[in-house]
Amino acid sequence: MDEQLKSELRRQGVVATSLQELYNWGRKSSIWPLNFGLACCAIEMIATTMARYDLARFGAEVFRPSPRQADLMIVAGTVTKKMAPQVVRLYNQMAEPKYVISMGACAISGGPFKQGYNVLKGIDRYIPVDVFIPGCPPRPEALLDAFLMLQRKIDEQQLTGPARPRHLQAEQPSEFSVPQYSEHDLVPTRNDAVWHAPLVNISNAGTNESGRD
Amino acid sequence: MSVLTEVSIDTISQPANDHLHGDLLEISMGPHHPSTHGVFRMNIVLDGERVVKLKPVFGYLHRNHEKIAEHETYLGSMPYTDRLDYICSITNNWAYALAVEKLAGIPVPERAEYLRVITGELTRLQNHAGLIGFLLQDMGASGTPLMYAFREREKILDLFEALTGARMMCNYMRFGGCRRDLPSGWMEHAQKVVDGFPRFLDEFERLLRTNEILMARTQGVGIVTREQAINAGISGPMARASGVNYDLRKVDKYGIYDRFSFRVPLGEHGDVYDRYMMRLLEMRESLDILKQAMRDLPSGPIMDPNTKIRNFRPKAGEAYGRIESPKGELGFYLISDGGPNPYRYRVRPPSLINLTLLEQMCLGHNVSDVVIILGSVDIVLGEVDR
Repeated sequence: MDEQLKSELRRQGVVATSLQELYNWGRKSSIWPLNFGLACCAIEMIATTMARYDLARFGAEVFRPSPRQADLMIVAGTVTKKMAPQVVRLYNQMAEPKYVISMGACAISGGPFKQGYNVLKGIDRYIPVDVFIPGCPPRPEALLDAFLMLQRKIDEQQLTGPARPRHLQAEQPSEFSVPQYSEHDLVPTRNDAVWHAPLVNISNAGTNESGRD
Repeated sequence: MSVLTEVSIDTISQPANDHLHGDLLEISMGPHHPSTHGVFRMNIVLDGERVVKLKPVFGYLHRNHEKIAEHETYLGSMPYTDRLDYICSITNNWAYALAVEKLAGIPVPERAEYLRVITGELTRLQNHAGLIGFLLQDMGASGTPLMYAFREREKILDLFEALTGARMMCNYMRFGGCRRDLPSGWMEHAQKVVDGFPRFLDEFERLLRTNEILMARTQGVGIVTREQAINAGISGPMARASGVNYDLRKVDKYGIYDRFSFRVPLGEHGDVYDRYMMRLLEMRESLDILKQAMRDLPSGPIMDPNTKIRNFRPKAGEAYGRIESPKGELGFYLISDGGPNPYRYRVRPPSLINLTLLEQMCLGHNVSDVVIILGSVDIVLGEVDR
């Protein structure tokens, strides 16, 4: 719709909108997070919902203990190999559309505990993540920023066309296989549908192009 | 689900041919549960709604703290101790610094000792404030008490942020002192917070101390007797709620605690109500200590000048440093072989040891009582699983 016409109409007290804008506005304004804390970051997540930072301003104060009622999973803390299967299972139990915020260094990559034998090196190996927040733990303002970022992302969703989000494409998977805690490590070690090992360009190795010799 | 088979029903005696009794029910509470204070799991066997067996399952937050510390330098482990009991990072730093100072024989300047007491008692205030908020949230007082508690907690976190640069992971202590001196204006700000804190406590007590619902939910629930508490090695406010007069600040007099006058509140019944009241009373005593420490704070250096930061290698030996953390006796046991990293590094976590009586506390109570009993123990999973 023509932006000029829209603003002209608004001056007359008429709001004109499209179904897509209305849909996205409704979605982004009532994101219900899963009441799910793992470690230190969960305390900052709770602090974000409390009086000073007040997540309710963004329509997201209704923390639901049940994944069936939640739209957003905030992976707040260290995911250990014992806990990773339950995290993936909870993600599978959430109804579409669902979003994931990976909060803190541990959920991104294992953080300070990355060298440990029992710590998962990032939850994005198993489930798709929408927003990453660095920090150990991130401040409540950082979580609010992630919320706003997620809201912008939802606002830009197309309801039709090839660029439409996952939950509107019937052929896209919304559940992933739950890893099992086996003898030595989690099996499988990663979910190939969402995570690929970072590519390292080795074509220059052994030549003089690096400028070293 | 296959995960439930770990508790065998056969081990529970069931009255034979009693048609009034139904089948036993096994439920798995956690690791995802809104009230288990982190990723803690309990397998519970229920007869009707009564708990007949409870088995805790640990390890969902096992982050290899001890193993990592054995590969880090002594100072390199300091930030990791923040993340043990992530609500009160400064007392963790203190216990670890105390152990290393004992190991290497490092003196601490007087001003640093006072700063440790001030930040340590502020940590106790914010831990206990948060705990009673969470406990009441578990009881169903949804939102409001927790909001009040976090409002006070944020004021103390502001002080920590001004002093150390971080809200939660303060990393404040060093071997032989503290990392940073007070910034200008901090003392006035802290005085304001300390002076305003009793108002919050009065308000909280007026609202809830004699509340009928709170008393019905908590009195006579989750009783730990004095003998049980001593036998299980329970420490901290939980032991004192059972009438055990054991406070390391009085017993050990570590640091400079012998200079302050304060009382140790003791409970009589050892139930959830006593443990709840214990936190409220301890906060008042912490305020007393804070007032004295802030009044007497001397000037001087905050670090022992002879302590090496780089290439720090204590002589071979072993040491155990312990303090009264807000949750109980927090100890660090270190063995040095003369190298730059400890040969063995062991944490004595109060949360884990206070949990040992969980089954005895919960037997015969309802599932809803299990939630508040667990809440009253005051566990932090970072410390339980390490």
